[in-house]
Amino acid sequence: MSADAAMLAVEDLHVRFGDVHAVRGVSFAVGGGESFGIVGESGSGKTTVLRAVAGLYDEWTGTIRVAGRVVGKSRDRAFRKLAQMVFQDPYGSLHPRHTVDRVLAEPLAIHGQGDAEARIEASLQAVGLGPEFRFRYPHQLSGGQRQRVAIARALILEPRVMLLDEPTSSLDVSVQAEILNLLSRLRAERGLTYILVTHNLAVVAHLCGRLVVMNQGRIVEAMTVEQLRARAPREAYTRQLLRASMGYDREAARGLETFD
Amino acid sequence: MNAGAPLLTVEDLRVEFQTRTQLVRAVRGVSFSLGREKLGIVGESGSGKSQTGRAILRLVAPPGRVTAKKLEFDGIDLMATGEAQMRDIRGKRIAMVLQDPKFSLNPVMTVGKQIAEAYRAHASADRAAAKQRALDMLRAVKMREPERVYAAYPHELSGGMGQRAMIAMMLATEPDLLIADEPTSALDVTVQLQVLAILDDLVSQRGMGLIFISHDLNLVASFCDRVLVMYAGRVVESLRASELGQAKHSYTQGLLAALPRIDKPVKELVVLKRDPAWAGERP
Repeated sequence: MSADAAMLAVEDLHVRFGDVHAVRGVSFAVGGGESFGIVGESGSGKTTVLRAVAGLYDEWTGTIRVAGRVVGKSRDRAFRKLAQMVFQDPYGSLHPRHTVDRVLAEPLAIHGQGDAEARIEASLQAVGLGPEFRFRYPHQLSGGQRQRVAIARALILEPRVMLLDEPTSSLDVSVQAEILNLLSRLRAERGLTYILVTHNLAVVAHLCGRLVVMNQGRIVEAMTVEQLRARAPREAYTRQLLRASMGYDREAARGLETFD
Repeated sequence: MNAGAPLLTVEDLRVEFQTRTQLVRAVRGVSFSLGREKLGIVGESGSGKSQTGRAILRLVAPPGRVTAKKLEFDGIDLMATGEAQMRDIRGKRIAMVLQDPKFSLNPVMTVGKQIAEAYRAHASADRAAAKQRALDMLRAVKMREPERVYAAYPHELSGGMGQRAMIAMMLATEPDLLIADEPTSALDVTVQLQVLAILDDLVSQRGMGLIFISHDLNLVASFCDRVLVMYAGRVVESLRASELGQAKHSYTQGLLAALPRIDKPVKELVVLKRDPAWAGERP
């Protein structure tokens, strides 16, 4: 995909925190309406890439283009309206003393958008929460309901790109299934572009069409989900990761290698 | 040790918490026995799996209340054991590994000192012998540089190394039973594989019993010998790990169906429909 036509294009991204070179020259492009996965183990730099794209860091170099526009270190409101993020931990990402109503009203107020009443109701409905949830506090919600609120908050500005950082990792499998189904449905209905960061290969296989595998701040391999399903990665690192994800295997444990 | 009898027998175990407004029954009549094997306990959050593990070690704090018809470990009635004797059993005969080494290791004490201290609490060994023991244990959990890890503080270690250090500490006293509560959930899959291989060896080579508490069905199915599936404080199904695919209970089946799979694509995941009967008392 050419960088111009892409909804999100990242070129030669580097992120440095002091002496730590967390992301070392990452490039990828994601088309409009595509669902793209970034997979890796802890410390691989996958979340750092996502947070740099979201504008949560200043310490990066390279080019980030969203909907054809090059974005800088500080992001304007137009960018925030275009791209929204959902975080891993719904226990930490919602203000404990703000009601769901206030959580959802805030982005509308910041962006000077009217018709808050109808939009809050519509976004709650879109994530499968009834009006009775509107005036509850986070502690009155389950983990899955909180993550639905976080998704509703991201959706309320009607973004085109959703940056998803491990959106189901802290949820039980039965709740994970509900949230994954919700994310699939929303993407189909609204033509959203997803960038999904996860360590879970099965979640990527379910939600994405293409993915990159990261290790030590670099992209090891870019592949389609079909290649992943066929268990046919090119790189030894990805093969090892895939095998380890399939559960306990005495032989695999014996043959583990370190990749730098 | 009696070779024929099970290592641990649990009968009608109950854990209850009296709060100001209601009685929360976290574990409601769990029974099982354990030999020198790997027993998995799976369930979702709130199913009572962790409280079951804690109750065996009598670690449920007030207002929590533990009752059981029988809670017997190697001929010892754990329900009738005094606190002093219990302290002797904890760590020495029955050890526990928790989910996150970041919270279970002392942050202001070197890892080696912690292992040596835990060892000396149960064995009559001098400092030099305890240090030697700690280094041996760090080697046993496949640390590449045991001397460096010995002198390191917990924040200087990765999650996987911290968890292996934790296991080294628990194993220094050669316990007969290890209760591991989500021991690999905070770890990367490749590190998880290493940690599991260490536990696997300990069971097969030293004849230790292992209770492996986890939310991850596939992991438990591939690692353990037997699995108990818990729901709302009760064991709803008990089966051989290799037969998890043929689970009979609709809760177990529902959990398995809700998991996305790399090799079997589905358009929409099956959402678990909870049946109130699952939580009911046994007929």
